[in-house]
Amino acid sequence: MPRSFKNEKDPWIQMLEIKNLHACVEDNEILKGVNLTIKAGEVHSIMGPNGSGKSTLAQVLAGRDTYEVTQGEILFKGKNILDMEPNERACEGMFLAFQYPVEIPGVGTAYFLRAALNAVRKHRGQEELDAADFLEYVKDKMSVVDMDAKLLQRSVNEGFSGGEKKRSEIFQMAVLEPSMAILDETDSGLDIDALKIVADGVNSMRNPERSFLVITHYQRLLNYIVPDYVHVLIDGRIVRSGGKELALELEEKGYSHINAPMAGSTA
Amino acid sequence: MPLEQSTKNMIQSNEQPASESELTIDQWQSQEYKYGFTTDIESETFPPGLDEDVIHKISAIKNEPDWLLQWRLKAYRHWLTMTEPKWHNIHYTPIDYQKISYYSAPKSDKDRPKSLDEVDPILLETYEKLGIPLQERAILAGVAVDAVFDSVSVATTFKAKLAEVGVIFCPFSEAVTEHPELVKKYLGSVVPYSDNFFATLNSAVFTDGSFVYIPKGVKCPMELSTYFRINAASTGQFERTLIIADAGSEVSYLEGCTAPMRDEHQLHAAVVELVAFDDARIKYSTVQNWYPGDKDGKGGIFNFVTKRGKCAGRSSHISWTQVETGSAITWKYPSCILLGDNSVGEFYSVALTNNHQQADTGTKMIHIGKNTRSTVISKGISAGFGQNTYRGLIKINKGAENARNYTQCDSMLIGDKCGAHTFPYIEVKNSTAQMEHEASTSKIGEDQMFYCNQRGINTEDAVSMIVNGFCKKVFRQLPMEFAVEAQKLLEVSLEGSVG
Repeated sequence: MPRSFKNEKDPWIQMLEIKNLHACVEDNEILKGVNLTIKAGEVHSIMGPNGSGKSTLAQVLAGRDTYEVTQGEILFKGKNILDMEPNERACEGMFLAFQYPVEIPGVGTAYFLRAALNAVRKHRGQEELDAADFLEYVKDKMSVVDMDAKLLQRSVNEGFSGGEKKRSEIFQMAVLEPSMAILDETDSGLDIDALKIVADGVNSMRNPERSFLVITHYQRLLNYIVPDYVHVLIDGRIVRSGGKELALELEEKGYSHINAPMAGSTA
Repeated sequence: MPLEQSTKNMIQSNEQPASESELTIDQWQSQEYKYGFTTDIESETFPPGLDEDVIHKISAIKNEPDWLLQWRLKAYRHWLTMTEPKWHNIHYTPIDYQKISYYSAPKSDKDRPKSLDEVDPILLETYEKLGIPLQERAILAGVAVDAVFDSVSVATTFKAKLAEVGVIFCPFSEAVTEHPELVKKYLGSVVPYSDNFFATLNSAVFTDGSFVYIPKGVKCPMELSTYFRINAASTGQFERTLIIADAGSEVSYLEGCTAPMRDEHQLHAAVVELVAFDDARIKYSTVQNWYPGDKDGKGGIFNFVTKRGKCAGRSSHISWTQVETGSAITWKYPSCILLGDNSVGEFYSVALTNNHQQADTGTKMIHIGKNTRSTVISKGISAGFGQNTYRGLIKINKGAENARNYTQCDSMLIGDKCGAHTFPYIEVKNSTAQMEHEASTSKIGEDQMFYCNQRGINTEDAVSMIVNGFCKKVFRQLPMEFAVEAQKLLEVSLEGSVG
């Protein structure tokens, strides 16, 4: 176990516990009993073929109301979050790096992010930052993903290239300092240089009080963000779990050779 | 900077009770119109009804010269032959013009105050409640305020400073007495007394408003600002504003309004006329926040306004910017007649309808001179059961060589019970014209909302952020302190629009 983290002040060694989670869209069940436990400081990866429910899991964790949770529970730092609004979950420290970040025309990235940061800070009982303090604060964070300061002045994601959008997501993560970060196919659409930058950014943020759930289609990203655990999600269930070597096995043999679903498996 | 300070004060006093994200839709919706109070000042009010006698009385109270009385009567007689327009996309119970009182003035009017010190303290308190501390604004902001309370102007500031450079900025009725030659020459020169039903009614019964004259080559040293406020029950307010910018002059005029809560509808039919001579620039900005009615559509102001500017001189420039968030009904089409060669007309508009509000608004750009240019940017936002119509006419006359127009007309829908409608008319009679028209309709994106929420921003803040972004092109046109106020207004007006 890669656990070295001991902290009495910290009652939530279990960062995230997903128990028998079922979720559907309209009458279509997509998650069919997901069990997963992530401890503080761990990096887990979920892999799986298209349509297996990876992105659905990410969206359900973040609280998207398109999906209806029909069974099971999600405990985040010991709290049941199923009744929490997405913004409350975010304030509690849940962060989702989107696969397709949306554009918000006319809303400057700096303005947007300051509003987000201040919402989170307010929730944490911290003082809100004014524009000048905010700019000072984000200076360091920009370097995490080597982000161009000009992007701060542009509208949120508007006219950003694919790579800029993904970088901006990781930058936002660095600014908001979540305790649980979910990366939904952050590698898609990135060339190898951008991939390295993004991965370095994520790695620099790894610490014993922060956990990651890295959702990816390909093993490639996991060469750079090395996970503690890898899970295979097929047809709405985690069918296999293992160490980082499982990713290599999948890369070599593909998903099709995993044909024995082990319903209800836990990490 | 004093300007900022004053803006800050204004915002602070505008502050709503803290509304948390946990507020339910019902709670949001039940938040009352925050400017809904009335002031306890005795008014001298005519009994309801309209006939020639009433017009004689209005004219007499104001000590008007006979030519103006005759002009009013001509308008009234013409009005009797007219019928209310029906082409608009708004619906309301018929207005009984005999049930409206056509004159109401604060009692103190008989002894018009010469300075702020003489102004009725209750009145000043009203402005305090509105977040417009008049004295403070006047002193700190350097903005001359011609405050209109009901139908009579009661406080005019900074006149001396303006007089130094020859700028005339005074209540309309004062201009009639002090500068009759100017009033006589330009009154009705852009919006004739026979123009349309509501403008004609205004011509007959208008009570007061503002008059501005900027002499040749003078850049007005401060932004001119007027706060309109309707107060007495059942009193129609008929403002008349006339702004003349002589050759090479420049002026920026701000108009902002709030109104107290009323149960019955109140009619408002204003007329604004602008005249710009060679190389003159007039910038006219409006933030309109009159009582929109309650969430069931009861009450609210009927706002039928005629605003028109004439670019009479070469290279003259008239720019309209409006933020319309109030009124039960908004009916207005601030327009430009581009008569002078190389003249420029602009229209920037944000119109928001929530609950049962209806807006039918847009512009007319009439290109007559050569090389005339016009720009139209319209942003319509509909929420609740709101209905929002853009109606525009771009007309290129035969002699208007090389005329150009760019129109962008965007609508945003919030929820599924509101409507957005667009009626763009384009008439081109000269083949050298270049016309561009862009239009879009979007629903406020669920994925945009989720993205904001996921970053910790609550739904209410997210909506106002997205809508403000949508309106940015227009807000950029507003003077700084107005832009802040406009954003705030949008926020307040949108409360309860998203579940």
